[in-house]
Amino acid sequence: MTAMTMGQALNAALRDALRADERVLVFGEDVGPLGGVFRITDGLTAEFGEDRCFDTPLAESGIVGLAVGMAMGGFRPVVEMQFDAFAYPAFEQIASHVAKMRNRTRGRVALPMVIRIPFAGGIGGVEHHCDSSEAYYAHTPGLKVVTPATPDDAYWLLRDAIDDPDPVVFMEPKRLYWAKDETSTGDRRAPRFGSAAVRREGGDATLVAYGPGVPVALQAAEAAARDGLSLEVVDLRTLVPFDDETVVASVRRTGRCVVVQEAQGFAGVGAEIAARVQERCFHSLAAPVLRVTGFDIPYPPPKLEHSHLPDVDRVLDAVDRLQFDDEPDVLYLESASERPSPGTRAPAGPGSVNRVREAS
Amino acid sequence: MPDVLNGWRWKRTLLLTNVQRKGSVAMSVRRPGPSVDGLLPSPVPVRFVQEDGSPGTPPEGYPPPADARLVDAYRRMVLGRRFDRQATALTRQGRLAVYPSSRGQEACQVAGVLALGADDWLFPTYRDSVALVARGIDPVEVLTLLRGDWHCGYDPEAVRTAPQCTPLATQTVHAVGMAEALRRRGTGGVVMAFVGDGGTSEGDFHEALNYAAVLRAPVVFLVQNNRYAISVPLAKQSAAPALAYKGVGYGVRSEQVDGNDLVAVLAVLTEAVRYARAGDGPFLVEAHTYRMDAHTNADDASRYRDAEEVERWESADPIARLETYLRDRGLLSAADVAAAGEAAEEFAARLRDRMSAEPDTEPAELFEHVFAEPTPQLREQRARLLAELSAEG
Repeated sequence: MTAMTMGQALNAALRDALRADERVLVFGEDVGPLGGVFRITDGLTAEFGEDRCFDTPLAESGIVGLAVGMAMGGFRPVVEMQFDAFAYPAFEQIASHVAKMRNRTRGRVALPMVIRIPFAGGIGGVEHHCDSSEAYYAHTPGLKVVTPATPDDAYWLLRDAIDDPDPVVFMEPKRLYWAKDETSTGDRRAPRFGSAAVRREGGDATLVAYGPGVPVALQAAEAAARDGLSLEVVDLRTLVPFDDETVVASVRRTGRCVVVQEAQGFAGVGAEIAARVQERCFHSLAAPVLRVTGFDIPYPPPKLEHSHLPDVDRVLDAVDRLQFDDEPDVLYLESASERPSPGTRAPAGPGSVNRVREAS
Repeated sequence: MPDVLNGWRWKRTLLLTNVQRKGSVAMSVRRPGPSVDGLLPSPVPVRFVQEDGSPGTPPEGYPPPADARLVDAYRRMVLGRRFDRQATALTRQGRLAVYPSSRGQEACQVAGVLALGADDWLFPTYRDSVALVARGIDPVEVLTLLRGDWHCGYDPEAVRTAPQCTPLATQTVHAVGMAEALRRRGTGGVVMAFVGDGGTSEGDFHEALNYAAVLRAPVVFLVQNNRYAISVPLAKQSAAPALAYKGVGYGVRSEQVDGNDLVAVLAVLTEAVRYARAGDGPFLVEAHTYRMDAHTNADDASRYRDAEEVERWESADPIARLETYLRDRGLLSAADVAAAGEAAEEFAARLRDRMSAEPDTEPAELFEHVFAEPTPQLREQRARLLAELSAEG
């Protein structure tokens, strides 16, 4: 084990993969002598030459399309999209070809390739540099979608991704690039794809998070512990394949669940997790599954991003609303009562909106 | 022409130097490309045979194809057209979900395939079924996509042919990637990508040209300019002097050819493939042709073009033209023509019989090819579907 930043761990994973398999190629914008704008490919061209790690023209659809052809031709391309929001020109290639080639060809043509995408915010990036785009990819059948939250996972998940027979969208939380932790490297390991990690054990509620949401959830659990509340933190690691088993086992034990995601909430990955948990854990749940997410707004300018990003307080607020005191959750009932509902009778009787409002 | 060769030679020397100076900043050095003159297409489409089948003045720079190749091409064109008619008939009978005909484009379809070797790769579009048949792929496997029992019916690796591509021009970048893969593996293989006139407006077409030129990938782009993108005529599609000029700005050698003159298309594509195989870089060929039928059986071409226009193109028919040319030169007899027609009829009859059987589909297979191994969620959904099906009996 060595202390490494996530950026260094990703660099080590690429280096070791290039050493281990001559079919592995790294290419994208500025990944050559510069080493990428985040320096994740630092030194790779110097060590492996321009044949193995090279700069491409500035055209993302072309980068991914080229990778498709090269994967069909027997290589294992690992391409970099410079930023989350710069990957959209490649979306057609990803959705129509990368995700579907195995299916279109009845399993005859596989595309073992990795699309690395620095994603999400928290680094003070200006417009078009901080999108949380993971749901687009996770919603596309045929793609595996990965988000590491620790340097050790970053190393091993990227090695897994490069060895995987299926295309992988590897989403790197930008603000964790500089987070340092003990990291193992090398050649022997059990694959981590499809298995979530329990980052912290606890019995009172489960926080389910991934990527940039994991440190926030861990800090919230730390703070809650000081208040005598024991929170379990599950780090999904891979959004696809999704580890229902670990999530369900945890929530059935704790009976309460908050999903933490940095991305905007509507139709996001957190919505899927909340749905899956309530479908599978209904009889174990003592409270509705809650989500802590970004707002449903275009990613804000740097001076305002702190208002948008889910933080420890928001997670703790959600935990407070998990009905430990056996009270119904007022927040949603209030907003429901504000909505004009012509043609429907006003709710009446015990537990009605009005009573709850009066009571609060 | 000498300009081109000198330019490329210098470029190649620089490339070698780059390899020797591994890890240097050589990629940032702007290498001079070949002169524009060496890239420019002929101002008029290259043509060997006149519309009436008589020989024209042989163009410079393109050796005429051997007689035997022309006779072989003729048979494949006759077969291809019969296949095309049969597929249209099968669509009317409800055996195919849809069929985009390439009637009138047989010279491009067949020459494109004949210019390639068996180990070279082809990246076709949905309108290129005739090319796939000419390449020797089982016609039932070719029609799987359009019958709808799966997407791609053939094994791409086995027949060195990518799945027929529907999203326009997206396959052109794959072709560049495959060409780059073949170049790196030193197989000497070449890739040909088919695209239409409408497809040259798509961004991927331009990214493909640029990547191919920068990488000097051994890839040939064949633009079958059939003058319509569904209903939109060429004049609304592009203001380029010819679509072939689109290669020049990227440093891609380009040519335009009479797409209904098999001899010309085959001569130019043979040169293009030789050029790419020799490591001289990518090559763009625009073939001027015409889509005789509507976009698909679901389209009504009378809404956007008049019958007179179609009639004018009937007189430029590529099969009739080649037939006259070969017969006048004594390369094809009346008996040969009859035999080619009979072979095509037999081919169509066998296809009709095989296509009249109900396709064998297996709902459980839906979950098999999403990933190498189905995820737990897919296994669960598969079990649900199977339970549904067994409940329905």
